[in-house]
Amino acid sequence: MSAHHDTTAIRIRGLRTQFGPQIIHDALDLDVRRGEVIGVVGGSGTGKSVLLRTIIGLNSPTAGSIEVLDRPVTGATRAQMLQLEQRWGVLFQDGALFSSLTVEENIEVPLKEHTAMSHAFRKEVAALKLRMVGLPMNACHKYPSQLSGGMRKRAGLARALALDPDILFLDEPTAGLDPIGAAAFDQLIKRLQQSLGLTVFMVTHDLDSLNAICDRIAVLADHRVSVIGPMDVMLASDHPWVREYFHGPRARAALG
Amino acid sequence: MAASEETWLETSSSDGRQILTPVGRWAVGGLFAVEKEIRAIAEAATGPIEIDLSQLDVLDTAGAWTIYRTARNLEASGVSVELTGASEDQIALIEVVRAAEAELEPDEPTGNSFVNMVEHVGKSAVEIARETADLLGFFGLILVTAAGVLVRPRKLRLTSLFHHMEEVGLNAIPIVGLMSFLIGIVLAFQGASQLQRFGAEVFVVNLVAISVLREIGVLMTAIIVAGRSGSAFTAQIGSMKVNEEVDAMQTLGLNPMEVLVLPRLFALIITLPLLAFFADIMGLLGGGLMAWIALDISPATFIERLRDAIGLWSFWVGILKAPFFAFMIAMIGCYEGFQVTGSATSVGQRTTRAVVEAIFLVIVVDAAFSIFFQVIGI
Repeated sequence: MSAHHDTTAIRIRGLRTQFGPQIIHDALDLDVRRGEVIGVVGGSGTGKSVLLRTIIGLNSPTAGSIEVLDRPVTGATRAQMLQLEQRWGVLFQDGALFSSLTVEENIEVPLKEHTAMSHAFRKEVAALKLRMVGLPMNACHKYPSQLSGGMRKRAGLARALALDPDILFLDEPTAGLDPIGAAAFDQLIKRLQQSLGLTVFMVTHDLDSLNAICDRIAVLADHRVSVIGPMDVMLASDHPWVREYFHGPRARAALG
Repeated sequence: MAASEETWLETSSSDGRQILTPVGRWAVGGLFAVEKEIRAIAEAATGPIEIDLSQLDVLDTAGAWTIYRTARNLEASGVSVELTGASEDQIALIEVVRAAEAELEPDEPTGNSFVNMVEHVGKSAVEIARETADLLGFFGLILVTAAGVLVRPRKLRLTSLFHHMEEVGLNAIPIVGLMSFLIGIVLAFQGASQLQRFGAEVFVVNLVAISVLREIGVLMTAIIVAGRSGSAFTAQIGSMKVNEEVDAMQTLGLNPMEVLVLPRLFALIITLPLLAFFADIMGLLGGGLMAWIALDISPATFIERLRDAIGLWSFWVGILKAPFFAFMIAMIGCYEGFQVTGSATSVGQRTTRAVVEAIFLVIVVDAAFSIFFQVIGI
């Protein structure tokens, strides 16, 4: 995968996000390299999820520029956004599956909307994605409300992967899963990332995930990315929040 | 990346082998172009086949699946297949797809349409019977809880009661008043054009007074309130149910019937008669105004005729029905709210049902009252 590391998948420059008088990000710069797994951490209210939503165009920033796959997100026309949206997949916190559709129909939604493939082929691709995320085939015809939280996340991941995106955005992928389920989900993401050559942008609180699958970690503090780098950089950092986060009792347990 | 955006398939043959060469971008968006072609080739093939992947620019899982499936089907029908020119990444991707292969779950069997229809009718009938029984149970539960509160009035949540009275009563005044005023106008206008033929214009007053006071005022109010507040009850309680707030309430030792249902029920029982009274006044006002404009019946004459035309009972017949309608609307609204399960869709379905059922029951009860009042002679 290291061959991909020389190009940038997401480039953020001078980002400022503001809700009324409340400043979330200010002069935030961040580069995400192609083919890496980057984990974004930060205290509550530092705008991790807001950053994710801003990159995928759900929030518009007050100032600054965002480029994804060398195309601008800020100031993009609807048509340009549509093209970009087909190149990334997003997994929201609880899967955000459409509750009126079955799991299979949920996965077929982007396929139906953006491709001209036949019904039979679409079903095959949906089944393939379902299996790739490790769901049993009998989950196909179930509705989201009939699935457990972990299965909903997997189904959401299958939908995010439906169009074979280049970038995968994950919002707290392991929140609410039991440790075994969370570890399995981490492994699933790692395996898919490697086999499909994905770039993964992940907002998380889970020290185990950070340790197990992230190539680099970006810490959001003081409205910007204050520390970025692999785990050893985090452990060596003397930023007070980073020290507390990576040297606290839970961190010692997770990192050994 | 200067990769081709096109998707196509080249075929050639050498030494009796057929060679398939996928070219360009074999990814999810463009595969429909070759889907049929590759299927047809695979079905017609008899001799050995070579699939040469060296000309591919882009291959994703859907493309890998197409190639893998073709090879698998060919081998299953006894044709030897060889993949050549594949890069390491492509082989890895095909391996991923192979590992994820599974039998497609068959669609639900559709069966005989007549049988399905009979089955559907049967299911609906059973469902209606079950829901009716449930609703009766809920009715009983309301009575029991209400009796408990009457014995110990301190259990009644006054803040909540007043909040809902404002919400369902006070805030409904403009719409109820306007509707009723307009209905009064329509009744007077239509009545006038018919009664003028007999020279009996002055009976417009009787027509407006009796229909507004006995029926229309309270019925229109109940229908508006069912649409406005019955649906709101279902949506509020339903969302709380989806959010597990109702469960949380129970674990905290709060009785959802006391906290959620009774304040809404009492608020509606108290405010619906008041709203109906207001609707009566506005209906008469509208009728009176139209009688003045269209028939030259002055307000003084109108009031005089009104006194002759109706007894006190005409008024009470309308108002007496209001608390019963209120009970129906609140009961159905809350009941459907508690029936919500799982998802947002369910909230929408239940809200629709609540409004339809509440209006239906209001009209049924109204019909029953009509017969009742007829029999006892008022």
